Amino acid sequence: MNEIERKLLEEISSLHDVPQAGVYNIRKNGKLLARGVDSEVNIVSKRDKDGIDIIVKKGIKGKSIHIPVIVSEEGYKDKVYNDFYIGDNSEILIVAGCGVHNNSGFITGHNGIHTFHIGDNCKVRYVEKHIGIGKKTSKKVLDPVTVIEIGKNSKLEMETTQIGGVTSSKRVTTAKVGENSNLIIKESLLTENKDKVRTVFNVDLVGENSKVEVISRSVAKDNSHQDFVSNVKGKSKCFGHVECDGILSGRAVIASTPKIIAQNKDAILVHEAAIGKISEAQQQKLMTLGLTKEEAEQTIISGFLK
Amino acid sequence: MLEVKNICYEIVEDGKKKKILDNISLDIKDKELVIITGPNGSGKSTLAKILMGILSPTSGSIIYNGQDITKLDITKRAQLGFSFAFQQPTTFKGISVKDLIDLASGKKNSVSSACNYLSKVGLCAREYIDRDVDSKLSGGELKRIELALLLAKNGDLNICDEPEAGIDLWSFDALVKLFTEENKTFIVISHQKRLIEIANRVIIMRRGKIDMIGEYKKVASHLENQICDRLEDYQDE
Ligand SMILES: Nc1ncnc2c1ncn2[C@@H]1O[C@H](COP(=O)(O)OP(=O)(O)OP(=O)(O)O)[C@@H](O)[C@H]1O
Ligand SMILES: [Mg+2]
Repeated sequence: MNEIERKLLEEISSLHDVPQAGVYNIRKNGKLLARGVDSEVNIVSKRDKDGIDIIVKKGIKGKSIHIPVIVSEEGYKDKVYNDFYIGDNSEILIVAGCGVHNNSGFITGHNGIHTFHIGDNCKVRYVEKHIGIGKKTSKKVLDPVTVIEIGKNSKLEMETTQIGGVTSSKRVTTAKVGENSNLIIKESLLTENKDKVRTVFNVDLVGENSKVEVISRSVAKDNSHQDFVSNVKGKSKCFGHVECDGILSGRAVIASTPKIIAQNKDAILVHEAAIGKISEAQQQKLMTLGLTKEEAEQTIISGFLK
Repeated sequence: MLEVKNICYEIVEDGKKKKILDNISLDIKDKELVIITGPNGSGKSTLAKILMGILSPTSGSIIYNGQDITKLDITKRAQLGFSFAFQQPTTFKGISVKDLIDLASGKKNSVSSACNYLSKVGLCAREYIDRDVDSKLSGGELKRIELALLLAKNGDLNICDEPEAGIDLWSFDALVKLFTEENKTFIVISHQKRLIEIANRVIIMRRGKIDMIGEYKKVASHLENQICDRLEDYQDE
């Protein structure tokens, strides 16, 4: 790995280099760079298409899995299928993410299709970071697709962030939540310049007492454009809450389209959206502490996206 | 320390000019505790915000330690040593009490030194230090955090807008201590007799003007009368 690739890796996975031990799979420019497995978690390459199966045995607790992707070859468009099979009674952390570097006039990007098969009584935390670096005008495209299926009495916490540099992004998350299970999605987005992002959440609350909480925090600057779509269906006694909070500046645009469909009289679904410019009261408070207007704005935004 | 000269503040409402502050002049001495009181809507908060640079006066000037600061913004005044506790503290998302204390004091504090500020305003520090300053905190908690920030900032001139509002009786002594023992200049807006009594001077505002200014003993009877006047105003309306 060169300097840039190391930086990308560190940003998305907090790894400084190829790890010495643990469970991981590092992909660079469409090829396997390094892999580590153990007796509890296996990672195998797919035969029919590009990608991997990550298989976590039953009852595995306190394990973390890192699967970062780096795209640094200009003009390369990576596409990969990753399937996670999480055995019953497991508690694990998965750190994924993709960093793209591009200085060229060619579109460079990554399209990751992640499918989660989560068993019963599981606790999974999935952290995904996306960044783009390089020349402002060079196109860095990230189109993540996430498909989630959660069994009974399980919980998936998904934290996804895309904080700058990605010029275009289509993010689609589709989930089916089973009985007594809980899906929590926290999304943080920052767009600048002429960046465009569209993010869609399709969640079906299928099981009795299933729950979903989508918390989207976004900041749109300059001439960027964000489109947020949520589509939550309550098919049984369930609870769904979608919250979309946006801060706008410059000539940016944020659109939020909620759709909540209750198909059961015991389904409770809520959608909240608030979009506006940065709060003047917050800015003034920080200025009374000695921050300049710009520092105050930066502090407010980084807290908001945290 | 602070000279306020002929401050006027006008707004335009429904096409008509409205005078919120009418020719306010004041002279605040170093290490003085000045309490500003007066009926709701008399212009106390507006005056405080003008002192901090949050609002700009329509006319008049403000001199701080000999320097004309009328045109300086909030940041510059904060850097000169002004601190401000809002009547209605604002909340944030993803910013913790500790973050604000660090920003106020201009350095990274150890947990124990950050907790110190909170304890001084009667908050059980460790429970609060990592909490976000968001709307989950109660009104009284927010007011105290606002005061803890004042302590953390350690400014020479402290302006507090109704710091006692929403603060329980048990913490009142701590509040009195704060204004009397910190050895700093305090301009405090308050309706509380116990605070008014300990002031070096009391300013009574009324309809955008200074109605009276002086030691508590001098203004005490006037304050009582004003309450009677208020009742008459009420009956007139
Ligand atoms: N932006 C504004 N637009 C219209 N009226 C305003 C504005 N700001 C202040 N006022 C009016 O100015 C007057 C003074 O307000 P201010 O908040 O300074 O009063 P106060 O003395 O602090 O009252 P309180 O004791 O209730 O806090 C009030 O009549 C208020 O309605
Ligand atoms: Mg007021």
